[in-house]
Amino acid sequence: MQQTRSVELGTGLFVLLGMAALFFLTTQTTGSDNFSGDDAYAVTARFENVGSLKDRAPVAMSGVTIGRVTEVRFDPEALDAEVTFVIDSRYDQIPDDSDASILTAGLLGSQYIGLQAGGSEFYLEEGSEIQFTQSAIVIENLISKYLFKNDGDAE
Amino acid sequence: MLRETWYTLIDFVRTFGALQLFFLRLLINSPTIILRRGGLVVKQVYNAGALSLVIIMVCGLFVGGVLGLQGYSNLSKFNAEDSVGTFAAFSLLKELGPVITALLFAGRAGTALASEIGLMKATDQLSAMEMMAINPLRRVLVPRFLGGVISMPFLAAIFSVVGLFGAHIVAVNLLGVDPGAFWQQMQSTLEISDINEGIIKSFVFGVVASLLAVWEGYNAIPTAEGVSRATTRTVVITAIAVLIIDFMITASFI
Repeated sequence: MQQTRSVELGTGLFVLLGMAALFFLTTQTTGSDNFSGDDAYAVTARFENVGSLKDRAPVAMSGVTIGRVTEVRFDPEALDAEVTFVIDSRYDQIPDDSDASILTAGLLGSQYIGLQAGGSEFYLEEGSEIQFTQSAIVIENLISKYLFKNDGDAE
Repeated sequence: MLRETWYTLIDFVRTFGALQLFFLRLLINSPTIILRRGGLVVKQVYNAGALSLVIIMVCGLFVGGVLGLQGYSNLSKFNAEDSVGTFAAFSLLKELGPVITALLFAGRAGTALASEIGLMKATDQLSAMEMMAINPLRRVLVPRFLGGVISMPFLAAIFSVVGLFGAHIVAVNLLGVDPGAFWQQMQSTLEISDINEGIIKSFVFGVVASLLAVWEGYNAIPTAEGVSRATTRTVVITAIAVLIIDFMITASFI
């Protein structure tokens, strides 16, 4: 009887573990979000074009990751994209006129938000909005601009 | 010479046909066993699945770690080390998870099944059952077959998840890939159909590996040598069958 019970317990554990693994695979949840806790403050920024920026993309300043994107949504009234991201509260002295641009890590890498410090004496805080933003570079636009410029030179 | 080849060929086709009929008999007897003697199946899920957990998890961890290392060292040449997560997830979910799990399963559980059934045959236990009007196919083979079929998808899923964590440990914690980019890139590229492909593969491999193990054991020559040969053949044939079927399933998905 004791042996049957341990077999049943082992089987139950195994099947539960397997189901948990399947659940993890299908939902791809992540336990690695370090910046969504209490020790972070949320900031928004508006972009004309966010390119392929996704949730949980890094927010970097001088190349160091200081936060994470938490939401990318389209604002139907202002007709632009509103990106919300959180910054680790250790970095609470970022001037509020800093500008945010969407950059690409490497040639094939993912997109992230790069912050460039401004000169204001006031700092970003929970709920503030970054005024100066620069959209993602769309490669088709770049190419057409280049072609157009060459046409102009030829004339 | 030609004559021998011909006989070998005929023999192969005959064995193959017998295997299909055997498979059908297992399937026909499966519902009764599940409904009436579920306990037998549970015990075999324990033997084939729960007892294989350690080898599956340890191998998964290190396969994932290797993927993290290889992915990092090669992708960083293109400055694309953020894609390590995608690389590892694709390899694990679609190929390595089901295939390596099936090979380990053949080595760990398949051999146990084949030698157990072979020994039961060699010691006349199966004949004794028949004497008592118990169908050994139903009482011995079907639960073992079902146990393997049920265990494989779970084992493959556990292998893939542990492998992902292995890749995460190596790439993120040791080599310094950004954890956000690791998961974000994986999630944006991976689709539910990729996961389904892995699950279908592991299910088919489960059927193949358990069927071949049970078949080899049941048809073992009832001597010490025969049982050992059946055990070896289980591993060899399962490995060949799994890799060929893997190619066919992958081709049908693209």
